[in-house]
Amino acid sequence: MKELRLMKGNEAVAEAAIRAGCDGYFGYPITPQSEIMEYLMAQQPEKTTGMVVLQAESEVAAINMVYGGASCGKRVMTSSSSPGISLKQEGISYIAGAELPCVIVNVVRGGPGLGTIQPSQSDYFQSVKGGGHGDYRLIVLAPASVQEMADFAGLGFDLAFKYRNPVLILSDGVIGQMMEKVELDEFKPRFTKEEIAKNTPWATFGKTDDRERNIITSLDLDSAKQEKHVTHLSEKYKLMEENEVRFEEFQTEDAEYLIVAYGSSARISQKAVDIARAKGIKVGLLRPITLFPFPKKPLAELAKQVKGILSVEMSLGQMVEDVKLAVECKVKVEHFGRYGGIIPTPDEVVAALEQKIIGG
Amino acid sequence: MSDIITKEQIRQPENLVYSKTKLLTDKALSYCPGCGHGTAHRIVMEVIEELSAQSETIGIAPVGCSVLAYEFMNIDMQQAAHGRAPALATAVKRLMPEKYVFTYQGDGDLAAIGTAETIHACNRGENITIIFINNGIYGMTGGQMAPTTLPNMKASTCPYGRDVATMGNPLKITELIAQLPGVHYVTRQAVHTPGNVRKTKKAVRKAFDLQKENKGLTFVEIVSNCNSGWKMTPVQSNKWMEENMFPFYPLGDIKVDGQLIK
Amino acid sequence: MTEEIIIAGFGGQGVLSMGKILAYSGIMQNQEVSWMPSYGPEMRGGTANVAVVISDERISSPVINSYDTAIILNQQSLDKFESTVKPGGLLIYDPNGITHHPTRKDINIYTIEASEEAGKLGLMKTFNMIVLGGFLKLKPLIQPEFIHKGLEKSLPARHHKLIPENEKAIEIGKGLIKAVQVL
Ligand SMILES: Cc1ncc(C[n+]2csc(CCOP(=O)(O)OP(=O)(O)O)c2C)c(N)n1
Ligand code: SF4
Repeated sequence: MKELRLMKGNEAVAEAAIRAGCDGYFGYPITPQSEIMEYLMAQQPEKTTGMVVLQAESEVAAINMVYGGASCGKRVMTSSSSPGISLKQEGISYIAGAELPCVIVNVVRGGPGLGTIQPSQSDYFQSVKGGGHGDYRLIVLAPASVQEMADFAGLGFDLAFKYRNPVLILSDGVIGQMMEKVELDEFKPRFTKEEIAKNTPWATFGKTDDRERNIITSLDLDSAKQEKHVTHLSEKYKLMEENEVRFEEFQTEDAEYLIVAYGSSARISQKAVDIARAKGIKVGLLRPITLFPFPKKPLAELAKQVKGILSVEMSLGQMVEDVKLAVECKVKVEHFGRYGGIIPTPDEVVAALEQKIIGG
Repeated sequence: MSDIITKEQIRQPENLVYSKTKLLTDKALSYCPGCGHGTAHRIVMEVIEELSAQSETIGIAPVGCSVLAYEFMNIDMQQAAHGRAPALATAVKRLMPEKYVFTYQGDGDLAAIGTAETIHACNRGENITIIFINNGIYGMTGGQMAPTTLPNMKASTCPYGRDVATMGNPLKITELIAQLPGVHYVTRQAVHTPGNVRKTKKAVRKAFDLQKENKGLTFVEIVSNCNSGWKMTPVQSNKWMEENMFPFYPLGDIKVDGQLIK
Repeated sequence: MTEEIIIAGFGGQGVLSMGKILAYSGIMQNQEVSWMPSYGPEMRGGTANVAVVISDERISSPVINSYDTAIILNQQSLDKFESTVKPGGLLIYDPNGITHHPTRKDINIYTIEASEEAGKLGLMKTFNMIVLGGFLKLKPLIQPEFIHKGLEKSLPARHHKLIPENEKAIEIGKGLIKAVQVL
């Protein structure tokens, strides 16, 4: 049997990273995710798996350490919360441009600016539409439980290496701070030198006579080449859209209305579905697990069945735009959200459904 | 006649020995009881009051426990992103050279994430005053290691003590910036005893006076306690500070009149 | 069965750890659990609270705004959470330091003189376990053997020698719970 523990989301992602064979973590303290580095420092994985854990002088330094480590074909990661993730955007753009695999965790708090340390989902645009400069995409995983915080560490590394692309785990203060039951995976060994040479032959691990030198860069002064490079990136993103869409449906079979929500909002909305069903309202929930690639097709399918869709987010309304695009305005789509660190209650979600979708 | 004075007598204006400067608001300080931040705020505000410079001073608050300094300091203030206060102060002073401009920053803000801004503002010799609160820890976020955390000192991101081999040595940023020609006056003080408070106030006054004379950057470090982050009572923390922080961060002037003190 | 509980008091009263022991014990009894704290430095010296859900089924929302049980250890928390108890629900509070007592008539109210008893017995460290005992007396959701396992799991190994003391405190708490009649 797998090991069962009661853990915070922040601790779970840290423990799971060690078990996923992570080679290096680089971070800078910020609430509500400081437990990730605190947990790693207390575990001292350098003494067991050999994983390096380093407190950097800033988020800018931390993401550039990730660039350096990823360039060597290593499994590396960083974590932060919203203001710190903003600082990392330059580095993330370079990492995407240079096609480097890594895992970035954002335990979102309310913004803009220094904002609040309470939970929010207001970094959706930043996560799925770019954030840094240039034409690029991140694979964005949205955990809705402590278990998924753990699971997505390993999944994140797998996807990152499969596509040579940064993976963002978009969590929030609720998922990061709460404790739930977690089943932990077995320890997976870190990559050996041989595996790195074989699986990531592009990495900088020392030029030998049998190959050309490897260069990691995001620069191409020749525009024709840069266009080709960006086209190559776009093909990669298309592949992700074809193969990596993940989502979960809840009580949608007979649904006349639909709620779309991710992360902690999905948990709250699930309770809202129960409450609404008890009142006789036939509503279901679609929970995107990947925010990029976004579950467009299942949404378009459900749009044929339901009379209206409520997008529930802890923001002013960001994902709602993708929901509208997915259903091509064939059915009414409205947004409901609380923001600035306020978490909506299930009752508020039901009330919004009744007012904006059923009554409206 | 009894020599015990009554409450009413104590409250007579002629018996008044101290009153809070008007440059501190009435808002209750958000600092932990026993923390040095409050005293440091008071000193800076008293100096500005003495200079009659409420309308002539712009303060820049950092990110750290003193992020809310603008709630307590009754002057015009800006609140910077983490580490960037000297950059804001640079622009404020360049655009309003006749004003007093100061930043108030913790060690994480000034010596980790903001190292570049600190060093370059110093190197450009900006005519600003930096008040640097060194408590050897990240107070605000719950006690993580700071660049100034002492060797072997415990913090939440070095729960077994700071291992200098892997986490680096404590950064004596004050000695470092003192080397730069743009920096005119550098001193290290404390605020945990009345005597130290008086010295610190003199130092802050001097820094502001030199700023008025456009002498270059003036820098006052205050070695302070963080009883919450150090997990001690206020009294224990002051003792611990004297026994451990002061030997590593000795008090006194480091650079005066543009000359390093040997 | 789903039990939604709020535990609230001052930081330092062991509110979060009481919730953790309860949640871990739930896992040991093969139940689903969630533990959602208030967090951040703004809690410094102020109030701390944690919402614990124990259920036979997968838990939907870990964030809740009405509770089956409120366990309250100071006045601020009583003021904040009395109104959030579901009608017919349970409110347990330690009357020490309480000046405005609860007034609702549609819920079941009990007191537990835990801090006074802990002070008398010199058991301040297990004060929160006395309170937990009071709760378990009224709602025996978790069997003693699983509480034992929960304690083993939540306390670091070096504190395992204190488990009997904690269990004793739970037993003491069971005897201290008193029904209150709101007139
Ligand atoms: C970009 C960014 N990263 C991290 C944080 C989180 N943060 C807030 S205060 C702080 C450290 C403050 O420590 P220090 O400057 O030593 O001041 P103190 O709290 O000890 O007074 C950190 C890391 C933030 N607000 N913004
Ligand atoms: S955490 Fe430390 S620095 Fe912050 S207010 Fe408390 S004692 Fe002062």
